[in-house]
Amino acid sequence: MKLRHKVLIVDDEPQIRRLITTALARADYIALEAANARETMERVRHERPDVVLLDLGLPDRDGLELVPLIKGQCDATLIVVSARDATEEKVAALDLGADDYLTKPFDTDELLARLRVALRNRTTRGGASAAVIAGDVAIDLLERRVTKNGEEVHLTPKEYRVIAQLAKFPGRVITHEQIMAQVWPHELEHHVEYLRVLVRSLRQKLEDDPQRPQIISNELGIGYRLRMVGEPQS
Amino acid sequence: MNDVKDPDRPSPEALLRAAAQEGRGRLKIFLGAAPGVGKTWEMLTQGHRRREADVDVVVGVVESHGRRETEALVHGHEVIPRRDVSHHGHSLGEMDIDAILARHPALVLVDELAHTNAPGSRHPKRYQDVEELLAAGIDVWSTLNIQHVESLNDVVASFTRVRVRETVPDSVLEQAEIEVVDIPPDELIERLRDGKVYIPQEATRALGHFFSKSNLTALRELALRRVAQAVDAQMLDHARAHALAGNFAAGERIVVAVSEQGHAAGLVRAGKRMADALRAPWTAVHIETRRDQLFSDGERRQLADTLALASRLGASTASIPAVDVVDGLSRYAREARATQIVIGKASRSWWFEMRHGSVVDRLVRTLGEVAVHVLPSGTPDKPLRAARARAGWGRPLDYLWSLLAVAGMTGTGLLLEQAINLGNIALLYLVPVMFAAASFGLRAGLFAALSASLAYNFFFLPPVGTFSVSNPENVVSIFVLLGVAIVTSQFAARVRVQADLAASSARQNAALASFSRQLTASTTHKELMQAICAEVARLLDVRSVLLLPSPGGPQLHAAFPPEDRMEQIELAAAQWAIDHEQPAGRGSSTLTASDWLFHPLRTSRGVLAVLGIARGDAGDPLRSDNVPLLMSLLDQAAIALDRMALEEANLKAQAIGERDRLRSALLSSVSHDLRTPLTTIVTAAQEMKRAPSAELAETIESEAQRLARFVANLLDMARVEAGALPMKPEAIDLFDAVASAAHDTRAALTDHAIDLDIAPDIPLVRLDPVLLHHCLINLLDNAGRYGDAGTPILVRCRRSHDALRLSVIDQGPGIPPGQEKRVFETFTRLEGSDRARHGTGLGLAIVKGFSEAMGLTVEASNIEEAPEGKRGACFTIRIPETLIVTAIDQKDMT
Repeated sequence: MKLRHKVLIVDDEPQIRRLITTALARADYIALEAANARETMERVRHERPDVVLLDLGLPDRDGLELVPLIKGQCDATLIVVSARDATEEKVAALDLGADDYLTKPFDTDELLARLRVALRNRTTRGGASAAVIAGDVAIDLLERRVTKNGEEVHLTPKEYRVIAQLAKFPGRVITHEQIMAQVWPHELEHHVEYLRVLVRSLRQKLEDDPQRPQIISNELGIGYRLRMVGEPQS
Repeated sequence: MNDVKDPDRPSPEALLRAAAQEGRGRLKIFLGAAPGVGKTWEMLTQGHRRREADVDVVVGVVESHGRRETEALVHGHEVIPRRDVSHHGHSLGEMDIDAILARHPALVLVDELAHTNAPGSRHPKRYQDVEELLAAGIDVWSTLNIQHVESLNDVVASFTRVRVRETVPDSVLEQAEIEVVDIPPDELIERLRDGKVYIPQEATRALGHFFSKSNLTALRELALRRVAQAVDAQMLDHARAHALAGNFAAGERIVVAVSEQGHAAGLVRAGKRMADALRAPWTAVHIETRRDQLFSDGERRQLADTLALASRLGASTASIPAVDVVDGLSRYAREARATQIVIGKASRSWWFEMRHGSVVDRLVRTLGEVAVHVLPSGTPDKPLRAARARAGWGRPLDYLWSLLAVAGMTGTGLLLEQAINLGNIALLYLVPVMFAAASFGLRAGLFAALSASLAYNFFFLPPVGTFSVSNPENVVSIFVLLGVAIVTSQFAARVRVQADLAASSARQNAALASFSRQLTASTTHKELMQAICAEVARLLDVRSVLLLPSPGGPQLHAAFPPEDRMEQIELAAAQWAIDHEQPAGRGSSTLTASDWLFHPLRTSRGVLAVLGIARGDAGDPLRSDNVPLLMSLLDQAAIALDRMALEEANLKAQAIGERDRLRSALLSSVSHDLRTPLTTIVTAAQEMKRAPSAELAETIESEAQRLARFVANLLDMARVEAGALPMKPEAIDLFDAVASAAHDTRAALTDHAIDLDIAPDIPLVRLDPVLLHHCLINLLDNAGRYGDAGTPILVRCRRSHDALRLSVIDQGPGIPPGQEKRVFETFTRLEGSDRARHGTGLGLAIVKGFSEAMGLTVEASNIEEAPEGKRGACFTIRIPETLIVTAIDQKDMT
């Protein structure tokens, strides 16, 4: 029998909770609901959900503050779902430990796709997946090798560090800062333009059409994501 | 007592004035020929009658001089207590103007209009206090003797031989209703003998003569004539007001020439009498010659006082630079189309007149058609003349230089003596004479001419070494040398005068030109006010401040050099200048204890500001020769401020108009773009409750998306209009930007493919990613909406020498010609096709707003590609060079 995942929906709007619950039930998840911060923490402690869908606008506490609290309580994957669309908010949430970010209004297909990615990462986490496949590109994190259509692609050390950092969390947004801290560990100040140039040359080597990137996708003002085949972009 | 008019019947003149001066108090003057005729008595008696008629009457100040009948009359009135002003240990009771203003009666009785207030009072003169009471809407009754009337001052002094210092300007009388209090001279003399007339102890002797029967008769005649004139004037006003022009002496214009001498004030008063008699406009003009530069401070002040007197008496004043008085005066008289000129007979020596010709004669010759009135002048004050004489002689150093020049030429002559003959040496001496005359003026030139002839005689003419001359021929050559030298130096000096005058007038013109240039260069109110202060300070060599009127008192808005705050007294003076539209402070006639002189900046819309000037050493802020310059500066400044205020008001009105247009457009857009999808959704949902259907669900979904898009756009537009777009520029790869935008618009662009025409090595740009994303979304969305179905959308990027151009090009009908700019306006939807366009009317406005916030420009055009005949709209975002990321250090890349 297939393992059914528990998803905790945190939102103060009952209509939104009801809608998501319906969609999740149809996709065979167990849906839990919480309307405020207090209920959320209670549920997290007692029900141990696999995924938390967190709205930032809660009546009793700012959702951003809950991100580290939830991550500290359990190992659930945390996806922020919010109407706040400022890039600073997104970066802050991701840097605080959120695994993904979805802006309202969103469509349910997209939500379910993100859930699948999050859960797949969760199952592979810790077990250091040997190879990550994105389209016709394979990244072997153990051998430190990247192949496209089975042929080895020659990457510079910094290019490799970028793609490796993305491949460790496939499908997840990695902020610029998170990537650059890996690529230029000794620099105190990071400049996005260097990262942009590296990504451009990576795309030249890995993408079929570098002008319409399919593998390394850009998140506006936030970071990059390694796109698994058949997933929506943002 | 013999009243000229029935006091209780309102005079038609008063009614007329009341209508003209809504809100202003009325002034009534009880005019007498001499002290003792019973003016105060009459005023108080009539005051009681008013009181009985329930008019709110108070006594502001009445001098009873111990007369019991007057005291009894005062007794029945409410009396405002006097204010104690202590001066040099004496306590002087002055009228308490603030108490009266606070009490605000309907009518206040103020005795002795010509009274001079104790030093330290608000105004130096009581009539100025009265002026303020009138301005506050309080009626004032006051008393006045005819000898205190400014323009009659000279006339009275001429037959009574008593000069009265306290005078009241004629303008005060002109706005007043005048009632003559008259008793026959014999009766007055009798009252005087009975001790019923108050005369100050120290003046008894002088006044004894004053009260002679012939004097009193003359004074009485003057008073009656003055009142007849006032009635006449009021009649005239009435005639003018009712367009009955024609029966007054049209076309007469009077010019009074004033000099720096003391008797000029007499000329001004004479001019005023003549102007009144002829009902003619008049001007007091001072001709500025080079002599003006030699004026002592006393003479400057005298001149300024004379001009001020003229303007108080209703004249316009002018100061005209010219080479000599006759030239300047006749030129001015012609320009002003003067018909009468009043000048003083100068008390010059016969010698002066021999050399220069009489000014009067020359004037009469030059201005044949103008009547020239020559008035005798008194003797000018000695000290003034002495001071001027000293100034005219110039500096001793000038003479030393002249002497040195002559000595130098003597040396040269001695060296050349063998080579050239004696006559030519005389010619050589003209060089130092010319030098001295041209450099130091006429007197130094004459001095040089004299020393040159002496030196020539001494060093060259035999017998050499003595001042005697042996050959009579040589006497002739000495005189010829002297004569030629004198004439030459006169010419040289005249050239110098003209050059100096031209330079001074050029300086003034240059000052004005630079002032107006500075003012025009200012683009904001703040800048303009600062420029006014800085320029005035620079041109007049003073400190300057600019204050604007405000409900809480004048506010300091600009200063040069910077000034933080003003003392209370300065603020009071500034406020007074604003309220009365007249100068106040040091050097004016009001609140003179202030260190600053405040001039109001007047326009047709009232006082816009006050300009204050002060000298660093706390001296008089304004030199009299700078008065005309200051007046011109004030005029220009006022005009500039007015223009700026109008411009700002205009902009504000435009902005409000634009906001109104947006608001109504928004309302109509909201009602359409929100209601239509909402209606569809609600109906579809109701339908689905009965019979679920995928088609209805799809309708709901697409309509909801349309709503979401509209709301997002409204939010974006609100941010643009608030002008507070959060900017977080970072290096962006345009491929990422286009890809993200294409992804987010994929639902709207199902009918269109997106072609990219971007070079692979296109540089990064430094922009806000979110704002750029919204621009691209809207451009793609727009292209998808207006492009023909099935045609591709082209995204093209071109690098030119100074910019990157990112264009979104569709294939469709394009933009109607001439509408290329309008498409970016909010809520503009261009018609031209019957296809349904589901837009919000906001998209392109957002593109423009966001682009401009990032420093980009957008433009719309149509493209036409000839071979395939493709046409469509092209929207281009221009990214300037400065936002392109160029230098990337390659070593960090591996």
